[in-house]
Amino acid sequence: MSEHYDVLVVGAGPAGLAAARAAASHGRRVALIDAAPRAGGQVWRHDVRRAAPRAAHRAFAGLDGSIERLYGHSVIAALPQALLVESDHGARRLAYAALVLATGARELLLPFPGWTLPGVSGAGGLQALAKQGAPVAGKRVVVAGSGPLLLAVAATLRAHGAHVLGIHEQASRASIASFASGLWRWPARAVQALALRTRLAGIPYHTGTFVRTASGDPTLQAVEIVTRGGTRRVACDLLAVGYGLVPNTELAELLGCALQVGVTHPGVLTDTLGQTSVPGVFAAGELCGIGGLAPARVEGAIAGHAAADAAAAASALQPRRDRARRFAAHLSRHFALDPRIRALATPDTLMCRCEDVPLGALDSFHDARAAKLATRCGMGACQGRICGSALAELGRFPRGPARPPLFPARLDSLMLAAGEAPFTFHQRGSSP
Amino acid sequence: MNATVRLYINDVPVDVSAESSVAAAVLQVVPHCRRSLGGQPRAPLCGMGVCFECRVKIDGEAHVRACMTPVRQGMRVRTDV
Repeated sequence: MSEHYDVLVVGAGPAGLAAARAAASHGRRVALIDAAPRAGGQVWRHDVRRAAPRAAHRAFAGLDGSIERLYGHSVIAALPQALLVESDHGARRLAYAALVLATGARELLLPFPGWTLPGVSGAGGLQALAKQGAPVAGKRVVVAGSGPLLLAVAATLRAHGAHVLGIHEQASRASIASFASGLWRWPARAVQALALRTRLAGIPYHTGTFVRTASGDPTLQAVEIVTRGGTRRVACDLLAVGYGLVPNTELAELLGCALQVGVTHPGVLTDTLGQTSVPGVFAAGELCGIGGLAPARVEGAIAGHAAADAAAAASALQPRRDRARRFAAHLSRHFALDPRIRALATPDTLMCRCEDVPLGALDSFHDARAAKLATRCGMGACQGRICGSALAELGRFPRGPARPPLFPARLDSLMLAAGEAPFTFHQRGSSP
Repeated sequence: MNATVRLYINDVPVDVSAESSVAAAVLQVVPHCRRSLGGQPRAPLCGMGVCFECRVKIDGEAHVRACMTPVRQGMRVRTDV
């Protein structure tokens, strides 16, 4: 089965929604794909208990009836001017004239003793699960890690009835104070921060602290928290811990889009119209570097206009985009990681959760491929998305290149792709 | 609360919001989804389809990501596979 679209948008978060809407406003035939069963991405994820924020509601309502919505569709591979996607109903080939990538970001999850225990999840991870209806009411929760996301996570958990014991931000008090004092340049953000603070009243916010270990049997019972004054043990039922976000660049890599160089978790490089190094392929939002909701929305619109050959409409949004990106830079400057966090994992801490490979087994390796061949690290179902980013953050070696299939796929999906001559499993010239 | 559906987690009936994910439903009954190669219990980590720690068997189909799958009436879910 094959369909053709003028503009194909991958990712139905804020950036992808804005892109689809912008492209459709020029009369283009547009499809919007997302692996999740609903639109919204992470920041506008549907909450079983609470109504969507007004901006999200408007973005959903603003989708032109002509836009084909393909939710529950995962991209498996890139074919020439087409994507191979898979859903419950089988595989499809979606051809495009222009492609907008808005694949967003995932959490940076770093290993520490006990991080594989049930009860330990990502920070955004537990927020997502709570929104999906996971039981958190009455549970004692420690929120830890880094970044402003921790505040939003605590607010969601509290709204779902959790007893949030505290938020442990690894950045120093001086860093956070400097971050907050710079906020006046973005009044909307300052208001948002104040609103969150009010909703979080009564929840202690500890700076310069981090979780060192998690323990319990068979599920989490306590965490050890490193503070300026020493180590403290806190009894809890759930730990939500995440160290910020990393761009989901796998599909962009597969298409050959150039990435930023000299950064630990590179995003996709674009020009001012969102055009990547591959003609006809555009990128927007977190994929191009972590910046949050505001840059995602405006970059999505820019990419959508540009993908529909409406360069003037795209250019008109530049000033808004630049302003939003400056906030992103302000953000990343103030939440730099404490080096002690990179040293939390011990030799027997599992690094690759898919294949149960401990950190100690990786000591003699200097690149992802050699480590994978010898230890199976990164060879499991997540394809190194978790351990690869963690190993890069720990300074061991950068992630290996993305390869098709992007997600574990059904054989019949791959058969469909096999009919396409240029499709190959060693697209980037590497052996298996 | 919106409409609810009944599904079965390891044969235990559980009623959840019709908008819940399978991962959320599983956690009402057991604190983990799968067993690792070494036999450890593992629970959902990322909540967004990336980490694959929430894999379960749904109506006979193995290795389905519970966090990416909406619940359906009468669904039969098995953990520890």
